[in-house]
Amino acid sequence: MSPDYTLFDVFAAVFAALAVASGVAAVLKWRLAPGASGAVIDNLNARINAWWWMVGVLAVAFWIGEGGIIVLFGLISFQALREYISLTHTRRGDHHALIWCFFFFLPAQYVLIATHWYGLFSILIPVYAFLLLPVSATLCSDAERFLERAAKVQWGLMICVYCISHVPALLTLEIPGFEGRNAQLIIFLVLTVQSSDVFQYVWGKLFGKRKLAPAISPSKTLEGLVGGVLTSTVLGAALYWLTPFNVWQAALVALTINIVGFFGGFVLSAIKRDRGVKDWGTLIEGHGGMLDRVDSISFSAPIFFHIVRYWWV
Amino acid sequence: MIEKLFGLVLCNFAKLLTGVHPLWQGCKPEAKLRVYFANHRSHGDFVVIWAALPAELRRQTRPVAGADYWLDSRFKSWLINEVFHAVLVDRRPDRDGPDPVEQMAGALRAGNSLILFPEGTRNTGESLLPFKSGIFHLAQAMPPVELVPVWIENLGRVMPKGATVPVPLLCTLTFGAPLTLTAGETKAEFLDRARNALLDLAPPAN
Repeated sequence: MSPDYTLFDVFAAVFAALAVASGVAAVLKWRLAPGASGAVIDNLNARINAWWWMVGVLAVAFWIGEGGIIVLFGLISFQALREYISLTHTRRGDHHALIWCFFFFLPAQYVLIATHWYGLFSILIPVYAFLLLPVSATLCSDAERFLERAAKVQWGLMICVYCISHVPALLTLEIPGFEGRNAQLIIFLVLTVQSSDVFQYVWGKLFGKRKLAPAISPSKTLEGLVGGVLTSTVLGAALYWLTPFNVWQAALVALTINIVGFFGGFVLSAIKRDRGVKDWGTLIEGHGGMLDRVDSISFSAPIFFHIVRYWWV
Repeated sequence: MIEKLFGLVLCNFAKLLTGVHPLWQGCKPEAKLRVYFANHRSHGDFVVIWAALPAELRRQTRPVAGADYWLDSRFKSWLINEVFHAVLVDRRPDRDGPDPVEQMAGALRAGNSLILFPEGTRNTGESLLPFKSGIFHLAQAMPPVELVPVWIENLGRVMPKGATVPVPLLCTLTFGAPLTLTAGETKAEFLDRARNALLDLAPPAN
């Protein structure tokens, strides 16, 4: 099957799944007594509506091709970094460092993907941003809470830009016998990890009893975690034909990125709790901010990238 | 015409750059006679309050601004007078012109709400500066007016004093519960209460 047809089929299947979800949600809302306040059902409907938009945007980017995908993830990084820095305390002395982050390191990271310069892509932020940003902050001669501020800015750049940029970077890998089909790896990653979030939500809402760590994330339960990760691992195994993996390899890779993705959401929840907020932002109706949606992707993307690069390239 | 267009462009630019997310925590956006009083860290402060208000309220809401700063160039004076329709007050204690409180009360009597920064100047540090007494005298002169505290979070970081390039952070505006002067309240008590009402809207310091 030609890659274009494969992508077309996958998106058609995802839209069909969304149609089923919308149908189920509509029935749930209808069966609820009229006038009763159904906050959970309303939130479910809002989430599903937002999924239509998100999958739609993704579909357009894939239709445009490599450039569309790189620009889309660049914009996702931009919004995520905005939300992260907006909730993080910085001082006047960090202004120049922040300008470097938003207007130099972020675009540069994505330009390096477009030019397939892997060497610099992999060290630009961990080495060069890491050295240059604190220099820029010291030049503003403000030493108050210096280490804390430098750490926060570097962390934001790592999570929101470096980690997320590993999603479009999958396009640059040269996998023997898989030429021209790299976009399918992105589909595999995004579908597996995002469906894990969805299945964790569904399992948690239906069977969730034992709270995992109420101090960090009040809604995460053990039942949700196990049920969600296992269900989406099965989904990942079933999607093996999108990838250079066989069924068992696909299952193992899916299990790995689901677990890592879960901890991505968990770690970023800890930051939200520390800052006393529930969501990173308000961009996506029902979901919160961009960073609420991509937290699991940001942790799993580099791991997935390295697994593929080490064993399949 | 060009003034209206310029105001619209500026509003949308502010929304694009900073997200301008209003949280109506203590009141609803209603067409009542109000004085919105806010913390002041940046020249964009009244633009974002303006942009956060629904269009029909925006038209009848005027910022209060310092004449000394805004009238020193032709562009600034056009902007503040024609685009924002500001109430320009003379902040100098030895002024010989009209009384600022009387000017603000006049605008309220004409049916306009006001945007006021009771710190009197841009705060380059944390928290809030002590309030100037104008807001107390205004509350005394116009007792039915609601004083609505508005905490602007992050705008001082988007474009701090002296910076030329803005950082595209998201700004949140929290609108608190309206205050009015209570019987027998002294100036110090009222200013203290108003300042605390505004500080209560700030996110936890960290």
